Amino acid sequence: MIEIRIHGRGGQGNVVAANLLAMVAFEAGYYGQAFPNFGAERRGAPVTAFVRIAKNPIKRRSQVQYPHYLIIQDDALLHVTGVTDGLLEQGKILINSKKEIAQLFHSSTAITHSASVPATHLAQQYLGKPLPNTALLSAFLTLTQLFSIDTLIHVLQHKFTGTILENNTQLIHQAAKMVQSGQWQEHHHAESS
Amino acid sequence: MQKVLEGSQAIAEAVALCRPQVIAAYPITPQTHIVENLSRLVANAQLKCEFVSVESEFSAASVILGAAMAGSRSYTASASQGILLMAEVLYNIAGMRVPLVLTCANRAISAPLSIWNDQQDSMAVRDAGWIQLYCANNQEAVDTTIQAYRIAEACELPVMVCVDGFTLTHTLEMIDIPEARQVDAFLPDFQFSRQLDVQHPHSAGTLLSPDYYSEARHAHHQALLNAQQVILESDTAWEKIVGRSAGKLVSIVGNPDADIAIIALGSVLGTLEEAQEIYTHLPSRLIKLRCFRPFPTATICAAIENAKHVIVLERALSLGSGGILGTEVRSILHTLDNPPIIHNFAIGLGGRDIPVEIYPQLIEACKDTHPPYFQIFDVDLQKLPEEDR
Repeated sequence: MIEIRIHGRGGQGNVVAANLLAMVAFEAGYYGQAFPNFGAERRGAPVTAFVRIAKNPIKRRSQVQYPHYLIIQDDALLHVTGVTDGLLEQGKILINSKKEIAQLFHSSTAITHSASVPATHLAQQYLGKPLPNTALLSAFLTLTQLFSIDTLIHVLQHKFTGTILENNTQLIHQAAKMVQSGQWQEHHHAESS
Repeated sequence: MQKVLEGSQAIAEAVALCRPQVIAAYPITPQTHIVENLSRLVANAQLKCEFVSVESEFSAASVILGAAMAGSRSYTASASQGILLMAEVLYNIAGMRVPLVLTCANRAISAPLSIWNDQQDSMAVRDAGWIQLYCANNQEAVDTTIQAYRIAEACELPVMVCVDGFTLTHTLEMIDIPEARQVDAFLPDFQFSRQLDVQHPHSAGTLLSPDYYSEARHAHHQALLNAQQVILESDTAWEKIVGRSAGKLVSIVGNPDADIAIIALGSVLGTLEEAQEIYTHLPSRLIKLRCFRPFPTATICAAIENAKHVIVLERALSLGSGGILGTEVRSILHTLDNPPIIHNFAIGLGGRDIPVEIYPQLIEACKDTHPPYFQIFDVDLQKLPEEDR
Protein backbone atom coordinates (compact mmCIF):
# COMPACT_ATOMS: atom_id res chain seq x y z
CA MET A 1 0.00 0.00 0.00
CA ILE A 2 1.24 3.47 -0.88
CA GLU A 3 0.33 6.32 1.45
CA ILE A 4 0.45 9.94 0.34
CA ARG A 5 -0.18 13.10 2.31
CA ILE A 6 -1.05 16.35 0.58
CA HIS A 7 -0.61 19.67 2.34
CA GLY A 8 -2.26 22.81 1.11
CA ARG A 9 -4.42 25.71 2.15
CA GLY A 10 -8.21 25.97 2.12
CA GLY A 11 -9.26 27.00 -1.40
CA GLN A 12 -6.22 25.55 -3.22
CA GLY A 13 -8.06 22.39 -4.18
CA ASN A 14 -6.23 20.03 -1.86
CA VAL A 15 -9.17 17.70 -1.47
CA VAL A 16 -9.77 17.66 -5.22
CA ALA A 17 -6.12 16.70 -5.78
CA ALA A 18 -6.44 13.79 -3.36
CA ASN A 19 -9.70 12.67 -4.96
CA LEU A 20 -8.23 12.88 -8.47
CA LEU A 21 -5.27 10.72 -7.46
CA ALA A 22 -7.57 8.08 -5.97
CA MET A 23 -9.65 8.17 -9.17
CA VAL A 24 -6.51 7.64 -11.25
CA ALA A 25 -5.72 4.58 -9.14
CA PHE A 26 -9.24 3.26 -9.68
CA GLU A 27 -8.99 3.93 -13.43
CA ALA A 28 -5.78 1.86 -13.47
CA GLY A 29 -7.46 -1.06 -11.69
CA TYR A 30 -6.24 -0.36 -8.17
CA TYR A 31 -8.08 0.50 -4.99
CA GLY A 32 -7.88 4.10 -3.90
CA GLN A 33 -8.98 5.95 -0.77
CA ALA A 34 -8.90 9.73 -0.34
CA PHE A 35 -10.08 11.88 2.54
CA PRO A 36 -9.43 15.32 4.00
CA ASN A 37 -8.58 16.57 7.44
CA PHE A 38 -10.03 20.03 7.77
CA GLY A 39 -8.94 22.52 10.33
CA ALA A 40 -11.09 25.62 10.48
CA GLU A 41 -13.26 25.64 7.36
CA ARG A 42 -12.00 28.78 5.69
CA ARG A 43 -9.82 29.83 2.80
CA GLY A 44 -6.12 30.03 3.56
CA ALA A 45 -6.16 27.72 6.58
CA PRO A 46 -3.83 24.72 6.28
CA VAL A 47 -5.68 21.63 5.00
CA THR A 48 -4.32 18.12 4.85
CA ALA A 49 -5.61 15.39 2.57
CA PHE A 50 -4.67 11.73 2.49
CA VAL A 51 -4.51 9.19 -0.30
CA ARG A 52 -3.98 5.45 -0.12
CA ILE A 53 -3.42 3.24 -3.14
CA ALA A 54 -3.33 -0.55 -2.99
CA LYS A 55 -4.02 -3.69 -4.98
CA ASN A 56 -6.49 -4.91 -2.36
CA PRO A 57 -9.44 -3.19 -0.64
CA ILE A 58 -8.28 -0.63 1.92
CA LYS A 59 -9.84 -1.16 5.33
CA ARG A 60 -8.00 1.24 7.62
CA ARG A 61 -9.50 4.71 8.09
CA SER A 62 -6.78 6.35 10.13
CA GLN A 63 -4.89 9.41 8.97
CA VAL A 64 -1.65 8.93 7.06
CA GLN A 65 1.06 9.38 9.70
CA TYR A 66 3.97 7.78 7.84
CA PRO A 67 3.66 8.80 4.20
CA HIS A 68 5.73 7.45 1.32
CA TYR A 69 5.14 10.73 -0.46
CA LEU A 70 4.34 14.29 0.51
CA ILE A 71 2.81 16.67 -1.98
CA ILE A 72 3.03 20.28 -0.86
CA GLN A 73 0.88 22.88 -2.57
CA ASP A 74 2.86 25.94 -1.55
CA ASP A 75 6.52 26.20 -0.44
CA ALA A 76 5.59 28.50 2.47
CA LEU A 77 3.93 25.43 4.03
CA LEU A 78 7.39 23.91 4.49
CA HIS A 79 7.73 26.29 7.44
CA VAL A 80 4.50 25.10 9.07
CA THR A 81 5.16 22.77 12.01
CA GLY A 82 4.37 19.14 11.36
CA VAL A 83 4.20 19.27 7.55
CA THR A 84 7.08 16.82 7.02
CA ASP A 85 6.39 14.77 10.18
CA GLY A 86 6.47 11.01 9.79
CA LEU A 87 7.82 10.98 6.22
CA LEU A 88 9.43 7.56 5.74
CA GLU A 89 13.22 7.43 5.48
CA GLN A 90 13.15 6.88 1.74
CA GLY A 91 10.08 9.10 1.40
CA LYS A 92 9.88 11.80 -1.26
CA ILE A 93 8.58 15.36 -1.29
CA LEU A 94 7.06 17.11 -4.29
CA ILE A 95 6.65 20.85 -3.87
CA ASN A 96 4.70 23.33 -5.93
CA SER A 97 7.29 26.09 -6.28
CA LYS A 98 9.10 28.20 -8.82
CA LYS A 99 12.24 27.74 -6.74
CA GLU A 100 14.82 25.03 -7.31
CA ILE A 101 14.99 22.38 -4.62
CA ALA A 102 18.44 23.60 -3.51
CA GLN A 103 16.86 26.96 -2.69
CA LEU A 104 14.17 25.30 -0.56
CA PHE A 105 16.27 22.88 1.48
CA HIS A 106 19.71 23.00 3.04
CA SER A 107 20.33 19.35 3.87
CA SER A 108 21.68 17.25 1.00
CA THR A 109 19.41 14.32 1.96
CA ALA A 110 16.33 16.52 1.66
CA ILE A 111 17.55 17.79 -1.70
CA THR A 112 18.05 14.25 -3.05
CA HIS A 113 14.60 13.19 -1.96
CA SER A 114 12.67 16.22 -3.19
CA ALA A 115 11.52 17.77 -6.42
CA SER A 116 9.76 21.00 -7.30
CA VAL A 117 7.51 22.01 -10.14
CA PRO A 118 6.10 25.52 -10.76
CA ALA A 119 2.53 24.17 -10.91
CA THR A 120 0.69 27.41 -10.10
CA HIS A 121 2.81 29.32 -12.57
CA LEU A 122 2.10 26.72 -15.30
CA ALA A 123 -1.61 26.71 -14.47
CA GLN A 124 -1.73 30.50 -14.85
CA GLN A 125 -0.11 30.09 -18.25
CA TYR A 126 -2.32 27.24 -19.57
CA LEU A 127 -5.59 27.71 -17.70
CA GLY A 128 -5.43 31.39 -16.89
CA LYS A 129 -6.17 30.48 -13.26
CA PRO A 130 -3.98 29.56 -10.27
CA LEU A 131 -5.21 25.93 -10.11
CA PRO A 132 -2.08 23.81 -9.58
CA ASN A 133 -3.70 20.36 -9.16
CA THR A 134 -3.41 18.78 -12.57
CA ALA A 135 0.16 20.04 -13.11
CA LEU A 136 1.20 18.84 -9.70
CA LEU A 137 -0.34 15.40 -10.19
CA SER A 138 1.23 15.12 -13.63
CA ALA A 139 4.65 15.81 -12.11
CA PHE A 140 3.95 13.30 -9.33
CA LEU A 141 2.94 10.54 -11.75
CA THR A 142 5.91 11.27 -14.01
CA LEU A 143 8.42 11.13 -11.13
CA THR A 144 6.97 7.96 -9.62
CA GLN A 145 5.67 6.26 -12.79
CA LEU A 146 2.91 4.94 -10.50
CA PHE A 147 0.35 5.44 -13.24
CA SER A 148 0.62 7.10 -16.65
CA ILE A 149 -0.36 10.71 -17.24
CA ASP A 150 -2.76 9.34 -19.87
CA THR A 151 -4.72 7.74 -17.04
CA LEU A 152 -4.93 11.15 -15.38
CA ILE A 153 -6.20 12.60 -18.66
CA HIS A 154 -8.79 9.79 -18.89
CA VAL A 155 -10.08 10.68 -15.44
CA LEU A 156 -10.40 14.34 -16.47
CA GLN A 157 -12.31 13.26 -19.57
CA HIS A 158 -15.05 11.92 -17.26
CA LYS A 159 -15.37 15.37 -15.72
CA PHE A 160 -14.54 17.97 -18.38
CA THR A 161 -14.91 18.61 -22.08
CA GLY A 162 -13.92 21.30 -24.58
CA THR A 163 -11.36 23.98 -23.83
CA ILE A 164 -11.04 23.11 -20.15
CA LEU A 165 -10.06 19.54 -21.02
CA GLU A 166 -7.75 20.63 -23.86
CA ASN A 167 -5.94 23.20 -21.75
CA ASN A 168 -5.54 20.77 -18.88
CA THR A 169 -4.20 18.11 -21.25
CA GLN A 170 -1.57 20.55 -22.54
CA LEU A 171 -0.75 21.58 -18.99
CA ILE A 172 -0.31 17.94 -17.95
CA HIS A 173 2.09 17.28 -20.83
CA GLN A 174 4.08 20.43 -20.08
CA ALA A 175 4.35 19.68 -16.33
CA ALA A 176 5.54 16.14 -17.12
CA LYS A 177 8.43 17.58 -19.12
CA MET A 178 9.60 19.66 -16.16
CA VAL A 179 10.53 16.74 -13.89
CA GLN A 180 12.75 13.71 -14.41
CA SER A 181 10.67 10.78 -15.57
CA GLY A 182 11.02 7.76 -13.30
CA GLN A 183 13.32 9.54 -10.82
CA TRP A 184 11.37 8.04 -7.91
CA GLN A 185 10.38 4.83 -9.64
CA GLU A 186 12.29 2.47 -7.31
CA HIS A 187 10.19 3.78 -4.44
CA HIS A 188 7.24 1.48 -5.12
CA HIS A 189 5.00 -0.30 -2.68
CA ALA A 190 1.66 -0.77 -4.44
CA GLU A 191 2.62 -4.24 -5.68
CA SER A 192 3.64 -5.44 -2.24
CA SER A 193 0.23 -5.02 -0.73
CA MET B 1 -22.27 -0.44 -10.63
CA GLN B 2 -18.83 0.21 -9.13
CA LYS B 3 -18.19 3.94 -8.81
CA VAL B 4 -15.57 6.10 -7.12
CA LEU B 5 -17.60 8.32 -4.86
CA GLU B 6 -17.39 10.36 -1.72
CA GLY B 7 -19.38 8.67 1.05
CA SER B 8 -21.93 11.50 1.14
CA GLN B 9 -22.52 11.30 -2.60
CA ALA B 10 -23.00 7.54 -2.40
CA ILE B 11 -25.50 7.94 0.45
CA ALA B 12 -27.39 10.56 -1.56
CA GLU B 13 -27.55 8.19 -4.54
CA ALA B 14 -28.80 5.40 -2.27
CA VAL B 15 -31.52 7.67 -0.86
CA ALA B 16 -32.54 8.70 -4.39
CA LEU B 17 -32.83 5.03 -5.42
CA CYS B 18 -35.45 4.63 -2.67
CA ARG B 19 -37.57 7.24 -4.48
CA PRO B 20 -38.39 9.51 -1.52
CA GLN B 21 -41.21 11.96 -2.20
CA VAL B 22 -40.25 14.53 0.44
CA ILE B 23 -36.83 15.56 1.71
CA ALA B 24 -36.49 18.28 4.34
CA ALA B 25 -33.08 19.25 5.61
CA TYR B 26 -30.98 21.97 7.14
CA PRO B 27 -27.26 21.85 6.36
CA ILE B 28 -24.69 21.09 9.06
CA THR B 29 -21.11 19.85 8.84
CA PRO B 30 -20.40 16.96 8.13
CA GLN B 31 -23.87 16.12 6.77
CA THR B 32 -23.94 18.95 4.20
CA HIS B 33 -22.68 17.05 1.16
CA ILE B 34 -25.46 14.45 1.51
CA VAL B 35 -28.28 16.98 1.24
CA GLU B 36 -26.40 19.11 -1.31
CA ASN B 37 -26.16 16.09 -3.58
CA LEU B 38 -29.83 15.28 -3.07
CA SER B 39 -30.87 18.85 -3.77
CA ARG B 40 -28.82 18.74 -7.00
CA LEU B 41 -30.57 15.51 -8.07
CA VAL B 42 -33.94 17.18 -7.47
CA ALA B 43 -32.89 20.40 -9.27
CA ASN B 44 -31.67 18.38 -12.27
CA ALA B 45 -34.98 16.49 -12.36
CA GLN B 46 -33.13 13.21 -11.78
CA LEU B 47 -35.20 12.71 -8.63
CA LYS B 48 -38.88 13.58 -8.56
CA CYS B 49 -39.24 14.79 -5.00
CA GLU B 50 -40.30 17.80 -2.96
CA PHE B 51 -37.10 19.22 -1.43
CA VAL B 52 -37.99 21.51 1.47
CA SER B 53 -35.21 23.83 2.62
CA VAL B 54 -36.21 24.56 6.19
CA GLU B 55 -34.93 27.12 8.70
CA SER B 56 -33.83 24.64 11.36
CA GLU B 57 -33.45 20.97 12.13
CA PHE B 58 -36.54 21.14 14.35
CA SER B 59 -38.52 21.99 11.21
CA ALA B 60 -36.71 19.40 9.09
CA ALA B 61 -37.85 16.66 11.44
CA SER B 62 -41.35 18.16 11.73
CA VAL B 63 -41.79 18.41 7.96
CA ILE B 64 -40.86 14.79 7.33
CA LEU B 65 -43.08 13.65 10.20
CA GLY B 66 -46.05 15.34 8.55
CA ALA B 67 -45.09 14.23 5.06
CA ALA B 68 -44.81 10.58 6.07
CA MET B 69 -48.11 10.71 7.99
CA ALA B 70 -49.70 12.11 4.83
CA GLY B 71 -48.39 9.13 2.86
CA SER B 72 -45.02 10.17 1.41
CA ARG B 73 -41.77 8.31 1.79
CA SER B 74 -39.52 10.96 3.39
CA TYR B 75 -35.93 11.59 4.40
CA THR B 76 -33.70 13.90 6.37
CA ALA B 77 -30.09 13.97 7.51
CA SER B 78 -28.32 15.84 10.27
CA ALA B 79 -25.51 15.74 12.80
CA SER B 80 -24.41 16.93 16.21
CA GLN B 81 -26.30 20.06 17.35
CA GLY B 82 -28.81 19.43 14.57
CA ILE B 83 -29.74 16.06 16.07
CA LEU B 84 -30.08 17.71 19.49
CA LEU B 85 -32.33 20.44 18.09
CA MET B 86 -34.46 17.71 16.50
CA ALA B 87 -34.61 15.69 19.71
CA GLU B 88 -38.16 16.60 20.70
CA VAL B 89 -39.50 15.74 17.26
CA LEU B 90 -37.43 12.54 17.10
CA TYR B 91 -39.25 11.22 20.16
CA ASN B 92 -42.58 12.21 18.59
CA ILE B 93 -41.78 10.51 15.28
CA ALA B 94 -40.93 7.29 17.10
CA GLY B 95 -43.85 7.52 19.52
CA MET B 96 -46.29 8.01 16.64
CA ARG B 97 -44.59 5.04 14.97
CA VAL B 98 -43.86 6.94 11.76
CA PRO B 99 -41.61 5.08 9.33
CA LEU B 100 -38.83 7.51 8.38
CA VAL B 101 -35.15 7.31 7.59
CA LEU B 102 -32.60 9.78 8.92
CA THR B 103 -28.86 9.74 8.28
CA CYS B 104 -26.81 10.90 11.23
CA ALA B 105 -23.37 11.99 10.00
CA ASN B 106 -21.89 11.38 13.43
CA ARG B 107 -20.17 14.39 14.97
CA ALA B 108 -19.14 15.48 18.44
CA ILE B 109 -21.39 17.68 20.59
CA SER B 110 -20.63 21.20 21.88
CA ALA B 111 -19.18 22.52 24.14
CA PRO B 112 -16.29 22.65 23.41
CA LEU B 113 -17.21 23.12 19.77
CA SER B 114 -15.95 20.35 17.51
CA ILE B 115 -16.93 19.72 13.91
CA TRP B 116 -15.19 16.32 13.96
CA ASN B 117 -16.33 12.79 14.41
CA ASP B 118 -17.50 10.92 17.43
CA GLN B 119 -20.87 9.34 18.18
CA GLN B 120 -22.12 11.43 21.08
CA ASP B 121 -24.94 12.86 18.91
CA SER B 122 -26.72 9.63 18.00
CA MET B 123 -25.97 8.21 21.46
CA ALA B 124 -27.71 11.23 23.00
CA VAL B 125 -30.98 10.13 21.36
CA ARG B 126 -30.51 6.38 21.77
CA ASP B 127 -33.60 6.16 23.98
CA ALA B 128 -35.89 8.04 21.58
CA GLY B 129 -37.42 4.82 20.27
CA TRP B 130 -35.67 4.78 16.90
CA ILE B 131 -33.89 1.83 15.36
CA GLN B 132 -30.19 2.74 15.20
CA LEU B 133 -27.88 1.05 12.70
CA TYR B 134 -24.14 1.94 12.66
CA CYS B 135 -22.17 1.59 9.43
CA ALA B 136 -18.58 0.35 9.35
CA ASN B 137 -17.88 1.60 5.82
CA ASN B 138 -19.50 3.43 2.92
CA GLN B 139 -20.71 0.27 1.20
CA GLU B 140 -22.58 -0.60 4.38
CA ALA B 141 -23.90 2.97 4.47
CA VAL B 142 -25.37 2.59 0.96
CA ASP B 143 -26.81 -0.86 1.62
CA THR B 144 -28.09 0.08 5.09
CA THR B 145 -29.82 3.22 3.78
CA ILE B 146 -31.81 1.13 1.30
CA GLN B 147 -32.56 -1.56 3.89
CA ALA B 148 -33.59 1.15 6.37
CA TYR B 149 -36.68 2.06 4.33
CA ARG B 150 -37.82 -1.55 4.14
CA ILE B 151 -37.21 -2.04 7.88
CA ALA B 152 -38.90 1.24 8.85
CA GLU B 153 -42.00 0.58 6.77
CA ALA B 154 -42.30 -3.08 7.83
CA CYS B 155 -41.90 -2.28 11.55
CA GLU B 156 -43.59 1.15 11.50
CA LEU B 157 -40.57 2.52 13.31
CA PRO B 158 -38.10 5.22 12.24
CA VAL B 159 -34.53 4.20 11.43
CA MET B 160 -31.43 6.29 12.11
CA VAL B 161 -28.52 5.29 9.88
CA CYS B 162 -25.35 6.34 11.71
CA VAL B 163 -22.35 7.13 9.54
CA ASP B 164 -19.12 8.51 10.99
CA GLY B 165 -18.68 12.15 9.95
CA PHE B 166 -15.64 12.87 7.73
CA THR B 167 -14.21 9.37 8.29
CA LEU B 168 -16.97 8.00 6.07
CA THR B 169 -18.94 10.98 4.74
CA HIS B 170 -15.89 12.69 3.26
CA THR B 171 -13.95 9.64 2.12
CA LEU B 172 -13.76 8.91 -1.57
CA GLU B 173 -13.54 5.23 -2.40
CA MET B 174 -14.94 2.51 -4.63
CA ILE B 175 -18.56 1.85 -3.83
CA ASP B 176 -21.08 -0.37 -5.57
CA ILE B 177 -24.23 1.61 -6.28
CA PRO B 178 -27.07 -0.85 -6.91
CA GLU B 179 -29.28 -0.67 -9.97
CA ALA B 180 -32.71 0.97 -9.71
CA ARG B 181 -34.39 -2.32 -10.64
CA GLN B 182 -32.61 -4.08 -7.73
CA VAL B 183 -33.87 -1.48 -5.26
CA ASP B 184 -37.37 -1.52 -6.79
CA ALA B 185 -37.51 -5.31 -6.41
CA PHE B 186 -36.43 -5.01 -2.77
CA LEU B 187 -38.50 -2.06 -1.62
CA PRO B 188 -42.32 -2.22 -1.74
CA ASP B 189 -44.36 0.93 -2.39
CA PHE B 190 -44.67 3.23 0.63
CA GLN B 191 -47.50 2.37 2.96
CA PHE B 192 -48.13 1.89 6.65
CA SER B 193 -51.18 1.31 8.81
CA ARG B 194 -51.08 4.59 10.72
CA GLN B 195 -51.02 6.72 7.57
CA LEU B 196 -53.59 9.53 7.61
CA ASP B 197 -56.56 8.79 5.38
CA VAL B 198 -59.55 11.13 4.93
CA GLN B 199 -61.79 8.14 4.29
CA HIS B 200 -60.84 6.65 7.65
CA PRO B 201 -60.00 9.62 9.88
CA HIS B 202 -57.87 9.13 12.97
CA SER B 203 -55.49 11.20 15.03
CA ALA B 204 -51.96 10.46 16.19
CA GLY B 205 -49.81 11.65 19.06
CA THR B 206 -52.76 12.79 21.17
CA LEU B 207 -53.00 13.12 24.93
CA LEU B 208 -52.93 9.73 26.58
CA SER B 209 -54.11 9.26 30.13
CA PRO B 210 -52.17 7.29 32.74
CA ASP B 211 -54.58 4.42 31.99
CA TYR B 212 -52.91 3.76 28.64
CA TYR B 213 -49.50 5.49 28.54
CA SER B 214 -47.67 2.46 29.97
CA GLU B 215 -49.30 0.20 27.39
CA ALA B 216 -48.23 2.50 24.55
CA ARG B 217 -44.66 2.42 25.89
CA HIS B 218 -44.80 -1.37 26.21
CA ALA B 219 -46.02 -1.76 22.62
CA HIS B 220 -43.28 0.57 21.32
CA HIS B 221 -40.61 -1.30 23.28
CA GLN B 222 -41.86 -4.66 22.00
CA ALA B 223 -41.96 -3.35 18.44
CA LEU B 224 -38.28 -2.39 18.72
CA LEU B 225 -37.33 -5.79 20.16
CA ASN B 226 -39.28 -7.53 17.39
CA ALA B 227 -37.56 -5.38 14.78
CA GLN B 228 -34.43 -7.55 15.16
CA GLN B 229 -36.07 -10.23 13.04
CA VAL B 230 -37.02 -7.73 10.33
CA ILE B 231 -33.50 -6.25 10.29
CA LEU B 232 -32.05 -9.73 9.78
CA GLU B 233 -34.62 -10.67 7.12
CA SER B 234 -34.02 -7.42 5.23
CA ASP B 235 -30.27 -7.98 5.22
CA THR B 236 -30.72 -11.55 3.96
CA ALA B 237 -33.16 -10.44 1.24
CA TRP B 238 -30.75 -7.69 0.15
CA GLU B 239 -27.82 -10.12 0.15
CA LYS B 240 -29.80 -12.36 -2.24
CA ILE B 241 -30.10 -9.43 -4.65
CA VAL B 242 -26.63 -7.81 -4.48
CA GLY B 243 -24.52 -10.65 -3.09
CA ARG B 244 -23.34 -8.96 0.11
CA SER B 245 -24.60 -8.49 3.64
CA ALA B 246 -24.58 -5.07 5.30
CA GLY B 247 -23.60 -6.61 8.63
CA LYS B 248 -26.69 -8.37 10.07
CA LEU B 249 -27.29 -7.32 13.71
CA VAL B 250 -23.75 -8.28 14.65
CA SER B 251 -20.98 -9.93 12.68
CA ILE B 252 -17.66 -11.41 13.78
CA VAL B 253 -14.31 -11.05 12.04
CA GLY B 254 -11.12 -12.81 13.09
CA ASN B 255 -10.90 -15.88 15.29
CA PRO B 256 -14.38 -16.43 16.83
CA ASP B 257 -12.80 -18.52 19.60
CA ALA B 258 -10.06 -16.05 20.56
CA ASP B 259 -9.78 -15.27 24.29
CA ILE B 260 -9.93 -11.56 23.58
CA ALA B 261 -13.02 -10.04 21.99
CA ILE B 262 -13.32 -6.44 20.83
CA ILE B 263 -16.75 -4.95 20.38
CA ALA B 264 -17.23 -1.62 18.63
CA LEU B 265 -19.52 0.45 16.40
CA GLY B 266 -18.83 2.29 13.16
CA SER B 267 -15.80 3.08 11.04
CA VAL B 268 -13.16 2.13 13.62
CA LEU B 269 -14.04 -1.47 12.74
CA GLY B 270 -12.24 -1.21 9.38
CA THR B 271 -9.04 -0.03 11.06
CA LEU B 272 -9.28 -2.82 13.64
CA GLU B 273 -9.95 -5.40 10.93
CA GLU B 274 -6.78 -4.39 9.11
CA ALA B 275 -4.90 -4.42 12.43
CA GLN B 276 -5.97 -8.05 12.94
CA GLU B 277 -4.40 -8.90 9.57
CA ILE B 278 -1.16 -7.10 10.48
CA TYR B 279 -0.76 -8.28 14.09
CA THR B 280 -1.52 -11.96 13.42
CA HIS B 281 0.37 -12.96 16.59
CA LEU B 282 -2.27 -11.08 18.60
CA PRO B 283 -5.50 -12.90 17.72
CA SER B 284 -8.90 -11.50 18.63
CA ARG B 285 -12.52 -11.82 17.71
CA LEU B 286 -13.79 -8.52 16.40
CA ILE B 287 -17.49 -8.15 17.13
CA LYS B 288 -18.92 -5.65 14.66
CA LEU B 289 -22.03 -4.25 16.24
CA ARG B 290 -24.27 -2.82 13.55
CA CYS B 291 -27.59 -2.72 15.38
CA PHE B 292 -27.40 -0.72 18.60
CA ARG B 293 -31.18 -0.18 18.92
CA PRO B 294 -32.77 -2.60 19.40
CA PHE B 295 -29.90 -3.93 21.51
CA PRO B 296 -29.31 -7.50 20.26
CA THR B 297 -28.73 -9.03 23.69
CA ALA B 298 -28.86 -12.71 22.72
CA THR B 299 -26.63 -12.26 19.67
CA ILE B 300 -24.01 -10.36 21.66
CA CYS B 301 -24.08 -12.98 24.43
CA ALA B 302 -23.41 -15.68 21.85
CA ALA B 303 -20.62 -13.61 20.30
CA ILE B 304 -18.73 -13.04 23.55
CA GLU B 305 -19.30 -16.52 24.97
CA ASN B 306 -16.12 -18.10 26.40
CA ALA B 307 -14.07 -14.96 25.82
CA LYS B 308 -11.78 -14.16 28.76
CA HIS B 309 -11.57 -10.44 28.01
CA VAL B 310 -13.98 -8.17 26.19
CA ILE B 311 -12.72 -4.77 25.09
CA VAL B 312 -15.68 -2.43 24.58
CA LEU B 313 -14.70 0.57 22.45
CA GLU B 314 -16.95 3.55 22.00
CA ARG B 315 -16.80 7.03 20.54
CA ALA B 316 -19.03 8.56 23.19
CA LEU B 317 -19.51 8.44 26.93
CA SER B 318 -22.09 9.03 29.59
CA LEU B 319 -20.45 11.83 31.54
CA GLY B 320 -20.52 11.09 35.23
CA SER B 321 -21.16 7.39 34.61
CA GLY B 322 -18.77 5.95 32.03
CA GLY B 323 -19.26 3.98 28.86
CA ILE B 324 -22.66 3.74 27.18
CA LEU B 325 -22.06 0.60 25.14
CA GLY B 326 -19.85 -0.70 27.93
CA THR B 327 -22.64 -0.40 30.49
CA GLU B 328 -25.06 -2.19 28.17
CA VAL B 329 -22.60 -5.01 27.51
CA ARG B 330 -22.03 -5.35 31.27
CA SER B 331 -25.78 -5.53 31.84
CA ILE B 332 -26.05 -8.80 29.92
CA LEU B 333 -23.10 -10.62 31.51
CA HIS B 334 -25.20 -12.26 34.23
CA THR B 335 -26.59 -14.62 31.59
CA LEU B 336 -23.12 -16.08 30.93
CA ASP B 337 -21.61 -18.97 32.91
CA ASN B 338 -18.07 -17.55 32.80
CA PRO B 339 -18.42 -13.81 32.36
CA PRO B 340 -15.39 -12.14 30.79
CA ILE B 341 -13.44 -9.21 32.22
CA ILE B 342 -14.73 -6.01 30.62
CA HIS B 343 -12.26 -3.34 29.49
CA ASN B 344 -14.36 -0.32 28.60
CA PHE B 345 -12.72 2.51 26.70
CA ALA B 346 -13.90 5.63 24.93
CA ILE B 347 -11.61 6.40 22.03
CA GLY B 348 -11.37 8.82 19.11
CA LEU B 349 -13.48 11.57 20.69
CA GLY B 350 -13.96 14.84 18.82
CA GLY B 351 -12.15 13.52 15.75
CA ARG B 352 -9.00 12.21 17.42
CA ASP B 353 -7.38 9.81 14.97
CA ILE B 354 -7.44 6.09 15.79
CA PRO B 355 -4.31 4.61 14.20
CA VAL B 356 -3.81 0.93 13.37
CA GLU B 357 -1.07 0.91 16.05
CA ILE B 358 -3.76 1.22 18.73
CA TYR B 359 -4.52 -2.50 18.33
CA PRO B 360 -1.48 -3.97 20.15
CA GLN B 361 -2.01 -1.38 22.90
CA LEU B 362 -5.60 -2.56 23.34
CA ILE B 363 -4.53 -6.21 23.49
CA GLU B 364 -1.81 -5.25 26.00
CA ALA B 365 -4.46 -3.60 28.19
CA CYS B 366 -6.03 -7.04 28.68
CA LYS B 367 -3.10 -8.01 30.91
CA ASP B 368 -4.84 -5.94 33.55
CA THR B 369 -7.07 -8.39 35.40
CA HIS B 370 -8.63 -5.61 37.50
CA PRO B 371 -9.20 -2.89 34.91
CA PRO B 372 -10.81 0.43 35.77
CA TYR B 373 -14.56 0.54 35.20
CA PHE B 374 -14.14 2.99 32.33
CA GLN B 375 -11.36 5.07 30.81
CA ILE B 376 -10.75 7.36 27.85
CA PHE B 377 -8.06 5.25 26.19
CA ASP B 378 -6.20 7.92 24.28
CA VAL B 379 -6.45 10.72 26.86
CA ASP B 380 -3.21 12.65 27.47
CA LEU B 381 -3.36 13.69 31.10
CA GLN B 382 -0.20 15.78 30.73
CA LYS B 383 -2.31 18.31 28.85
CA LEU B 384 -4.45 18.89 31.94
CA PRO B 385 -3.70 20.79 35.10
CA GLU B 386 -3.04 18.55 38.10
CA GLU B 387 -6.52 19.05 39.60
CA ASP B 388 -8.30 17.88 36.42
CA ARG B 389 -6.43 14.60 35.95
